[in-house]
Amino acid sequence: MTQLVAPVANSPAGGDKRRPPHGSSRRRMFMIALGFLAPALVFLGALVLYPIVYTVVRSFFSAGGGEFVGWDNYVTMFTNDSTFTAIRNNVLWVLVAPAACTILGLIFAVLLEKIKWATAFKLIIFMPMAISMLAAGVIFRGMFQENPNLGVVNAALVTVNSAFGQDAAYPGAAGRDGLGLVQDRGVIASESTVESGSEQNFPLVGIRVDSVPAAAAQAEPAVNARAGQLVGTVWLDVVRGGGGTSGQIDDGKTGLPGILVDAVAADGTIAASATTDAAGRYVIDGLAEGAYRVALPAANFDEGYQGVSWLSSTFITGVIILSYIWIWAGFSMVMISSGLSAIDRSLQEAARMDGANEWNVFTRITAPLLSPVLIVVFVTLIINVLKIFDLVYVIPPGSAKPAANVIAVEMWTVSFGGGNNQGLGSALAILLLILVLPSMIINIRRFREERQQ
Amino acid sequence: MSGPATHVRGKKTLARSILGFVDKGLVNAVLVIVAIFWLVPTLGLFLSSLRTVGDSASSGWWTVFTTPAQLTIENYASLLSNPTITGSFWNTILIAVPTTVFVVIFGALAGYAFAWLKFPGRDWLLIVVIVLLAVPLQVALIPLARMFGTLGIFGSIFGVILFHVAFGLPFAIFLLRNFFTQIPAELLEAARIDGASDWRIFVQVILPLGGPAIASLAIFQFLWTWNDMLVALIFTNSGSQPLTVAIQSQLRQFGSNIDVLSAGAFLSMIVPLIVFFAFQRFFVQALLAGSQK
Repeated sequence: MTQLVAPVANSPAGGDKRRPPHGSSRRRMFMIALGFLAPALVFLGALVLYPIVYTVVRSFFSAGGGEFVGWDNYVTMFTNDSTFTAIRNNVLWVLVAPAACTILGLIFAVLLEKIKWATAFKLIIFMPMAISMLAAGVIFRGMFQENPNLGVVNAALVTVNSAFGQDAAYPGAAGRDGLGLVQDRGVIASESTVESGSEQNFPLVGIRVDSVPAAAAQAEPAVNARAGQLVGTVWLDVVRGGGGTSGQIDDGKTGLPGILVDAVAADGTIAASATTDAAGRYVIDGLAEGAYRVALPAANFDEGYQGVSWLSSTFITGVIILSYIWIWAGFSMVMISSGLSAIDRSLQEAARMDGANEWNVFTRITAPLLSPVLIVVFVTLIINVLKIFDLVYVIPPGSAKPAANVIAVEMWTVSFGGGNNQGLGSALAILLLILVLPSMIINIRRFREERQQ
Repeated sequence: MSGPATHVRGKKTLARSILGFVDKGLVNAVLVIVAIFWLVPTLGLFLSSLRTVGDSASSGWWTVFTTPAQLTIENYASLLSNPTITGSFWNTILIAVPTTVFVVIFGALAGYAFAWLKFPGRDWLLIVVIVLLAVPLQVALIPLARMFGTLGIFGSIFGVILFHVAFGLPFAIFLLRNFFTQIPAELLEAARIDGASDWRIFVQVILPLGGPAIASLAIFQFLWTWNDMLVALIFTNSGSQPLTVAIQSQLRQFGSNIDVLSAGAFLSMIVPLIVFFAFQRFFVQALLAGSQK
């Protein structure tokens, strides 16, 4: 530019400090601005603005686009089960995920001011932001697998549970055939009743060697029963390496400790119980004269606690939201943490000097000063959560997909994933656009306020 | 908590500093646990990717701590000899790099216009950009699939790039405009007195001074495009698909091919993680500037 320019020193705000142009130079400036803007305007016009208009119009046409259907697609959206589930889930997402991320980020940001390794902590929490939601989805799908031998979450739950619960479980056990034992709904019992004062043995098979506890010892025959007692041995009727006679307590057969044995009276009530010792022996004492059935209740042979079916319809959305929080809590932490560092600390110090406790300092001073940042984080997360796609597409197994559905996934399914209904797809896209409108308005207002400052 | 302890008067000091000490220990403990929770998922994926299919089908990744012998790079070896994966890795680069370059160039040009040129309707146009920041890309999927079909670029890398550039621009313009307005006006005026044209000012003053901002944008846009799955899922075919799409197509048989999945997912993370750890300061800056201004 060749115009003469009055030197403008110390112009405060930049931008608008150009001399007032007149006539032709004004048009010239317009052309220059246009030159700088042209590539962006072409892209935004052709590939963003035009498609918005197209999609709005398209949403009033039928699946194939041939006929005008008015509001039909919008009515379908709220009456069709699958789309309605998607909309309901999106509401749940918006209510839970942004708030959870913001609160967690706030807690992290406040706490990390007190530690020396704050940078390392920030990096660790923020790192998931860098990876794709696909990778995060693969990670969480693996972690929440149902089989506690494969999924780390259920593995942890089962470990904790068995540390506190009784741990003598012999899954898969069965009575040796032809030796007077019956099995019914998991219970192993004597076929016929036994008089008190006698012996009932339980040779069992079908137990995995690794479920026999280390404390188990060589099986021993029970000591002779006295009056009012029922005695016997529960053992694994297998000699490791082969050999032995079925139903005999041979050398090399282990007793099964910790098994509950019930003496069931004729009326079906449990008269008394006992638990087997390391050699597999039990002694049920204090029985009245009479005949009893001796039974090993099903609890002995349960698989035990196997964790939670995380990827089932019931929990799937919760798991996906958790994976979202894993990714985005770092964003909110970093934003809030930088907001915190910009706050004037003297106010907080003054309040502390006046005897305010940490909680009051936080709620009365820090939080209000932080509120602009908190709003930014919250609005950004809402915009982001509404469009959530990848995680919901990747994490649920086929059976739980309908329960996990969200608008963006439904939009993809009906328009590209086999639904072949681009009318409904367009309506769903416009619904998403309408849902982000409030956030857009907040963004514009915030921008205007900042300009006026 | 040393702050309050040093500021309170008299007898409270000792009690407070003891409290502060306990408090500090507690905070450290809590954050260590949180950090472990945050690391476990990535660690788990990484260790899974180093185990054979057989091991993965019968036991969890944490068993490597007791039997480290099961670790193997077999999965990566077979992955890297799989033409679908290596091809999609190249596609990812061919999509992410040009997208980033175009977004940065077009965003910087427009950002300069919004920051330093005066033209009618500028403020309104800027508000349009801010509105577009939040537009969900779902609204463009159907019309652009049709448009690209007509143009014969549906399924090509070129189409995906166009899509990403368009939807990357609002953020780019907004971010760079905010940075460029902070450049001191005297510098521009000085250049103008020396007779520099707007183009020369842009190239010789704005671009060098806006370096950190441009780096922030570039890193952000690169990671964004690299990690995209939705756009690529619709706009690419088996020849032009990036890693994310190639990997997700393995998901249907989860469990039987955990080896491909975990190694593939980790492979797709390697580049973003390197970029993140090398340039995380810029990445954070992009987020801060993009949403706070």
